[in-house]
Amino acid sequence: MTAFLIRRLAFACVTLFAVLTLVFVLVRIVPGDPAQLILGDQASREAIVALRHRLGLDLSITEQYRVFLVGALKGDWGVSMVTGQPVIAEVLRVLPWTIELTLVSLVLGVAAGVPMGVYAAIHRNRFFDYVARIVSLLGLSFPAFVAAILLLLMFAIVLPWFPVISARSGSPTAWFQSITLPAINLGLISAAYIMRVTRSAMLEVLSEDYVRTARAKGVPWPVIIWRHSLRNALIPIITVVGLYLGILIGNSVLTEIVFNRPGLGKLIIGALNQRDYPMLQGMMVIYTMVVVLVNLITDLTYGLVDPRVKLQ
Amino acid sequence: MSATVPAHEPAPTPFAFFMRSTLRAFNTNKTSWVGLVIFLLVVVAAILAPWIAPHDPLEQDVLNRLKPPSAAFWLGTDNFGRDTLSRLLYGAQISLIIGIVSTFFAMLIGTVIGMGAGWYGGRFDTVVMQAMDVLLAFPSLILGLIVVAMLGPSMTNIIIAIALTSIPPFARIARAPTIAVKERDFVEACRSLGFSDLRILSVHILPNILPEILVMGSLWLANAIRTEASLAFIGLGVKPPTATWGGMIREGFENILDSYWLAMVPGVAILVVIFALNLLGDGLRDAIDPKLKGEA
Repeated sequence: MTAFLIRRLAFACVTLFAVLTLVFVLVRIVPGDPAQLILGDQASREAIVALRHRLGLDLSITEQYRVFLVGALKGDWGVSMVTGQPVIAEVLRVLPWTIELTLVSLVLGVAAGVPMGVYAAIHRNRFFDYVARIVSLLGLSFPAFVAAILLLLMFAIVLPWFPVISARSGSPTAWFQSITLPAINLGLISAAYIMRVTRSAMLEVLSEDYVRTARAKGVPWPVIIWRHSLRNALIPIITVVGLYLGILIGNSVLTEIVFNRPGLGKLIIGALNQRDYPMLQGMMVIYTMVVVLVNLITDLTYGLVDPRVKLQ
Repeated sequence: MSATVPAHEPAPTPFAFFMRSTLRAFNTNKTSWVGLVIFLLVVVAAILAPWIAPHDPLEQDVLNRLKPPSAAFWLGTDNFGRDTLSRLLYGAQISLIIGIVSTFFAMLIGTVIGMGAGWYGGRFDTVVMQAMDVLLAFPSLILGLIVVAMLGPSMTNIIIAIALTSIPPFARIARAPTIAVKERDFVEACRSLGFSDLRILSVHILPNILPEILVMGSLWLANAIRTEASLAFIGLGVKPPTATWGGMIREGFENILDSYWLAMVPGVAILVVIFALNLLGDGLRDAIDPKLKGEA
């Protein structure tokens, strides 16, 4: 187990390093001088030189790279051009909103998707299965913002059950009201993905010999389904859920915009509109770290679910 | 028993063989036909836009702002009095061009990377595929958003951004069959005949993996169209006043309270196109992957 952990951690570190390098390159392939872009055409020579110094653009490229890497790891991501606050403070302020939304949606997605996928697999090619397949295909065809606008239109405007702007104000009722629509939006789309992968993973497992053996020796059907089959179908499900978290993070940006909810999405859009380069760079660093962390957790979960993985 | 025993049928030409198996794949799952027909209708509508659009998509008519659907404006008008139906038809052109071109390049580059990694193996394979995994795990919308924000929202840059994020899945599916085929005797035979790597890969391995890549292509085309619309909705689409579906939703969303159809109409259009492509790709995938036949 220790060797497995160390190997996974080492891989996570390499990934982090690689993506941070990519971020560094991306930010620097911007055509033109960032200082000029930020200050506009009217800026004086001195102002541009001063800003270049402040952004560290007057250093050599290797020196900039070193400063960037050390800073990224130490949490020193520079200062927002717009608010003057440290980037990390701004990010940490809204991060809980995005994490909360993502986790609640994921729980909804798993809670709805896994049982439906199992049920559809057991009743393969029956009515429920056909309906579930078409509906889930429709579900994963929805762009997140189109679904969000439909929900907003229906349940906040036509039927005024929920607030149009999802920012909570303390009480549990307010929290529930503010998270329901955004989480349902993302949860339904995740449920569609998870249902489909659960169904095909279960179908594969149900055709295995040991399932037939279990049936032959009279193991009760629910035990076969939930203990013998689902457990073995979990690996592909976890893989997809882990990969899906990336999509979910992207979709949460769109959902936050539609529901006017604070979070990383709103922050990155604000930074884009204001050309706040230090903020954009910081956002990429935080997304990278989240992605690497999610991958690490996914890998470790394999080890928990399937003891064989640890031995490889 | 008939008196005349038919002689051996001549081997079908590769093209005839390809067409026949394609037809068989479509017939395995009828939903692929539905998807294909809907998608082709959209393509035809987009191509015919200059002839069938009732109005100029950019023509502003201040007397007819935010009008609900009527005989003159079948799908109503937007904040500038522009005809929604005409903008929808022209917007389809942008979505399809960006989607198809970016998917094509992702398919091309991804397949070359995947086949190369599988063929040469070793450390090259490890490094390349690891990089693909990282790219795959990174939220594609975020990556696309950053690339477009950095390079500027032009059609070319949007295509680059979307193509970049769609490369990994193609690399993955191209790699595994390459490794499997590499060890087969006929490849060994090709080698001993002195065929170049390029010839073995393109003539003897590529045809084996092409169907799968094309099916993935239809699914990722759906994804590319969705990403383009999402970027445009965020404000990183092809610059206004050009009509794009995501941009129309963005503008319509500002008037959601009184003119909900402005956001709804392009929203439904995007949904229909993506759903059609998913029906098409999903049905074909069942057909070409014997392991999944009737399963997924």
